[in-house]
Amino acid sequence: MARIDLVDLAQSYNGNDADIESFALKPVTMTWRQGGAYALLGPSGCGKTTLLNLISGILTPSRGKILFDGKDITQASTRERNIAQVFQFPVIYDTMTVGENLAFPLKNRGVPRAEIDKRVAEIARLLDLTPDLHRKATRLTADAKQKISLGRGLVRSDVAAVLFDEPLTVIDPELKWQLRSKLKALHRELDLTMIYVTHDQTEALTFADTVVVMHDGRVVQSGTPAELFDKPAHTFVGYFIGSPGMNILSADVKGREARIDGHTLTLAHSYDALPAGAKIEIGVRPEFVDVAAPGPGLLDANIERIDDLGRIRFARVRVGDVKFAARIPSGFSPSSSSIGLRFDPAHVHVYADSRLVEGA
Amino acid sequence: MDKTINNKAWFLVLPVFLLVAFSAILPLMTVVNYSLQDTFGNNQFFWNGVGWFKELLDPSTDLGGRFLASLGRNLVFSAVILAIEVPLGIVVALSMPRGGWTVAFCLVTLALPLLIPWNVVGTIWQIFGRPDIGLLGYTLTSMGIDYNYVSNDVDAWVTVIVMDVWHWTSLVALLCYAGLKSIPDAYYQAAQIDGASRWAVFTAIQLPKMHRVLLIAVLLRFMDSFMIYTEPFVVTGGGPGNSTTFISIELVKIALGQFDLGKAAALSLVYNLIILIVCWVFYTIMTHAGTERRPAEGGA
Repeated sequence: MARIDLVDLAQSYNGNDADIESFALKPVTMTWRQGGAYALLGPSGCGKTTLLNLISGILTPSRGKILFDGKDITQASTRERNIAQVFQFPVIYDTMTVGENLAFPLKNRGVPRAEIDKRVAEIARLLDLTPDLHRKATRLTADAKQKISLGRGLVRSDVAAVLFDEPLTVIDPELKWQLRSKLKALHRELDLTMIYVTHDQTEALTFADTVVVMHDGRVVQSGTPAELFDKPAHTFVGYFIGSPGMNILSADVKGREARIDGHTLTLAHSYDALPAGAKIEIGVRPEFVDVAAPGPGLLDANIERIDDLGRIRFARVRVGDVKFAARIPSGFSPSSSSIGLRFDPAHVHVYADSRLVEGA
Repeated sequence: MDKTINNKAWFLVLPVFLLVAFSAILPLMTVVNYSLQDTFGNNQFFWNGVGWFKELLDPSTDLGGRFLASLGRNLVFSAVILAIEVPLGIVVALSMPRGGWTVAFCLVTLALPLLIPWNVVGTIWQIFGRPDIGLLGYTLTSMGIDYNYVSNDVDAWVTVIVMDVWHWTSLVALLCYAGLKSIPDAYYQAAQIDGASRWAVFTAIQLPKMHRVLLIAVLLRFMDSFMIYTEPFVVTGGGPGNSTTFISIELVKIALGQFDLGKAAALSLVYNLIILIVCWVFYTIMTHAGTERRPAEGGA
C-alpha cells in the first residue's frame, strides 16, 4: 500500500528525441492517494494503458520518475514494485485448477502454505468461485476466467496498488454490474489503492472517488464525478462526460458579456484578462439550457428532433450552423420548430483554447 | 423426413472411389494377397496361409530374427531422436528472437535443412564424416578421437542420429516457434505481475500453449523416423554388419534383393500396422493427457 507520485512522467514509443506532440503520454505530474479508488477515463488510444503499464513496470518511462511513498522506483521491476494488474482479456494458467491459479502469485513469492490457503479461500468466497476451486480453469466460461484474473489481482494483501485495464470488457452486462459493485466493496474492505482504466463513463463514475480524464496523451482533469460534471476543466471533459455532452459554442467574450451569433448573453462572472489570440468558446451543459417560446432576451434556435429519455427530454436544436442540445422543461411543448433558449448563467463556462478560464 | 435423392451425386463421388481404389485399395490388397502366398519365381504362387506372419513373430526363424532385431533398432532410434529433437527444438524456439529482421533470418536458416532431399542429406554426411576427406571425420581423427562410421557400430549410430537431428530439429523448432508466437503478450505481462520465475513462465504458460504443436511434432517425427530409409542407406548401407539395418532397409533387401514377395508383403503389412497403432496410441495419450483428470475433479 502506497502513495504513488508521478513526476514529469512521459512515454514515447518513437524514442526520446521525438517531437513531444507524438508522445503516447505527454509529461504528467500527479499524485495517487493511498487507498483511493481511481478511474482513468478516456477514449481508445489516449494513453490510458500506457500510463497504467508505466505504473506497473511493464514499460520503462522515456522521461520522468515514479515514486512509491517517496521512494524512486522508476527503474524497479514489476516484481519489486509489488503491483497487481488485471488485463482486458482473461489470462489463466491452463494446466492449473482455479485454486492453483489464485495461489500462483502468492506461491511465486514464497508465502507459507497456510497463509496461501487462507487468502485463496477468502478471495474465492468474495468472487463466488468457491465451488469451482478444484476445477481446471481452462474449462470455465470467459466470465469465470476473468473472475480468476481479478482474483489473482486481489489475492495479495500487501500490494502497492491494484491496476485494472478495462477488466470488464468480456463480461456480460448483468454480471458487469455485480462485479463492479463487488470491486467497490472489496476496495472498502481491503483498503487498497485501485486504478481502473475504462472508456466507459458510467463505469468510471460509478467505480471511482476520483476520475482522471485523459485526452490525446494528456491528463486533462482529475476530480470527483461532480466536479467533472459541474466544472469541466477542458472542453473535451465537457463533451466526453455527460449524455448528451456539453454544448460548446464559439463566442466573443468581453467582461460580463458573451456575444453569440448577434445575441448577447450575460455571464455570472467577469472575464477581463482573456489571452489574446486564443480561441474563445463558451460551454454549457444541456441540463442548464431550457427551451422556451421565442422571446426577447432568448437565443433563437430551430428544433431538429427531440430525444425523450423518460424522466427528461432533450431537444436537438441548431443555432446558426452549430448543433446544440437543450432541456425541455416538463409541461412545455414547443408549438413550432422555432424556439428560444434560456441559459442558466451560473453554469456557463468560458474556455480559451479548450481550457477553462476562471472568471472574476 | 424425406431425403432428396439425387443420382447425379454418384457421378461426382465415383471418380474419387476409382482414384482411391487404384492408388490405395488395390495395391494394398495385392500386398495382402502376396503375404498369404509363397513364390519360387516364374509367377508361380502357392498358398501359405498365415505362415509368413507366424515366422515373422518367431525370433528363432531367419525372417523373425531379422524383423525383430530391426524393429528393436527402429524403436531405439525413434526414442533417441525424439528425446533429442523435441527438447532441442523447444530450446531453439525459445531462444529465437520475437521480432525484427533477425526473425526472417532465423526462419530461413532453420528451414534450409528441411529443403534438402533425403539422399543428398545422406551424401553430405557420408562425405562429411569420412576420416580421409570429410571435415568432421578428419577433424575428429586429428584430435585423436578414433572415429570411423564404416567399421564402428557406435560411430555409425552416432552419425545417423546426429544427421537426423541436424535434418529435422528445425521442423520441431519451427512448429514450436509458431506455437510460441500465438501466445498473447498479456500472458507474459500477467506472469511478470504475478512474480513468476522464468521456469514458471515456461511450465505454466509456454509449454501448455505449445501442447498442440508438440503433439503434431512428435507424431510427424515418430512416423518419419520410424520409416527412415534413405539417409542410413546412403551413409552406412545398414552396416557395419547389421547394426544400422532398420526395418525399411531389411524390407528392401527381402523384397528386391531376395525377391521373397510373400515375406516382404507380410513384413510391410506388420510394419504399417505398427506405425498406425503407435501413432494412435500417441495421439490418444497426448490429446487426453489434460482431460483424463476431469471426471474425478468435476466430482470433487
